[in-house]
Amino acid sequence: MIVNNPGSIPEVFIVADNILSPIGRTTAENIESLKQGITGVKHHTNIDITPNPIAAALFETDFIDIDKNYTKFENLLISSIKDVLNISGTGYLNEKTVLIISSTKGNISLLETEQHTDALNTRMALHTSAQLIADYFGFVNQPIVISNACISGVMAILTGMRLIQSGRYENAVVAGADVVSKFVLSGFQSFHALSSTVCKPFDKDRTGLNLGEGAATVVLSANKKNDNDVKVHSGAISNDANHISGPSRTGEELGFAIKKALLDAGITAQDVGYVSAHGTATNYNDEMEANAIHHAGLQDVLVNSLKGYYGHTLGAAGLIESIITIHAIKDGVIFPSLGFEGNGVSKPINVCTSLTEKPVKHALKTASGFGGCNAAMIFSK
Amino acid sequence: MAAEKYITSTCSINNNRVCHNGEAVFASETTALDEFLTAIYQHLQPGYAKFYKMDNLSKLGWLATEVLLKSFDKNYYQPEQVGTVLANANSSLDMDLKYYDSIKDVPSPSLFVYTLPNIVAGEICIRNGFKGENAFFVQSKFDATFIKQQVDFLLDKNILQACICGWVDVLGQDYQAKLFLIEKVKKENAVEFSVENINV
Repeated sequence: MIVNNPGSIPEVFIVADNILSPIGRTTAENIESLKQGITGVKHHTNIDITPNPIAAALFETDFIDIDKNYTKFENLLISSIKDVLNISGTGYLNEKTVLIISSTKGNISLLETEQHTDALNTRMALHTSAQLIADYFGFVNQPIVISNACISGVMAILTGMRLIQSGRYENAVVAGADVVSKFVLSGFQSFHALSSTVCKPFDKDRTGLNLGEGAATVVLSANKKNDNDVKVHSGAISNDANHISGPSRTGEELGFAIKKALLDAGITAQDVGYVSAHGTATNYNDEMEANAIHHAGLQDVLVNSLKGYYGHTLGAAGLIESIITIHAIKDGVIFPSLGFEGNGVSKPINVCTSLTEKPVKHALKTASGFGGCNAAMIFSK
Repeated sequence: MAAEKYITSTCSINNNRVCHNGEAVFASETTALDEFLTAIYQHLQPGYAKFYKMDNLSKLGWLATEVLLKSFDKNYYQPEQVGTVLANANSSLDMDLKYYDSIKDVPSPSLFVYTLPNIVAGEICIRNGFKGENAFFVQSKFDATFIKQQVDFLLDKNILQACICGWVDVLGQDYQAKLFLIEKVKKENAVEFSVENINV
């Protein structure tokens, strides 16, 4: 379907968004929590997924609506999408719209609660969940599923942007979610990657990451809906070609993705007012990311990581953090990077330590993940 | 303006057979996937000990790429100009089940890292030094139209100049790989990059 004049590349706007996290059921509630410095990361002892005490951002029972016909992962997506469709209004379910789902481990927790059968294999599959959700709302096109480690959420927005730019669709509803399970928790524990306290991205005393649960959705459209709608400007993805579980030593590859995104947006490092980093608070990630920020000439730009508020929500992280980035542009507010007290990377960057009000015209979101993948995305006023 | 694009190499691995550009290059009588993958490796003799640490999904995609790139000159491209667009139905479930079984004892980071489908792309990139875009999609069955659209965009917009695309799926003893090398340069025996030509 060609919805635009041949030769013209449509701009892509975010016309509605939702964050469903332990610190709020809507974007507005989440922003209010961030303003108050509230974190979703709590100490938990004796929960059913681990006998050991952990610090993680988990949903409390009863916080989310559960429809028993769907898994927890699917319920998170349904709740989040329901809210954006409420905000955006009708007109986003027809043949002009595509649904894109992002997740790393989806329904993996079913292995922990269900008898393993061939039928369970199919029930667990990400494409099964995506179709169930499409049917629940009545999306008519075949949904797209992206599972590309921790860059999934950013990549899902980029994919939606491109599908609109290419004229294939007018709108994209992009939703991501992940749940903390025994499976995922044991894996990160095996890497000794978890912090026993609220994580401290880029800090000298950082000891690792916290896991978090969450979902988030954006509605992308070629048609601006509100005057202050933010534009998805450009994005790029690269691979380290170095190691499957350790990031690049130099950060050049994430740096390349950032520079490519700047080039495509037609802006310079000086034009960027805010960087929303991946900032997992592991030694290697933060070191690599600071290097990449230097490679791209962004070392003086205000940076934060939101992992201290949300933990690492895996396939939802890129979406949740992009939405906060979009609102930084809309509201001119940058939140402090929770847990940061003193520089802990070889090449210091300008980490935000207090709630900062300043106009932001262009902002950068970065993400990196297992498999050596990196993503960078520019949002603009 | 759309660039001209060609399928310059293909590799499929299924039914105990490895095919390169439509011709069988290796076959095995074995019925066990583990043994079959090892037999392909021994046949190719790539001298890459890291292969043995990989899960079956990565082994399958990695071996198919070894065959696919037999006459590929990677020096023709910048590292950032080569990437992958891959898809499957079962994500990393094959390894997920094995990892989940193992956590009754001591969870192993070397198994856990393979519980993501895009790790196969990471392994291909490490082997060949490719630093361009990677994307991994999960679909109920191979959607040739969608994969072609994605690759078209990457090549038309000069995000990539060469792209490995296709399907790589493993669950238990069921497996299938069909990979295509897409380039803008017409080489000997190259065919047009079309939905029909990858929907085989």
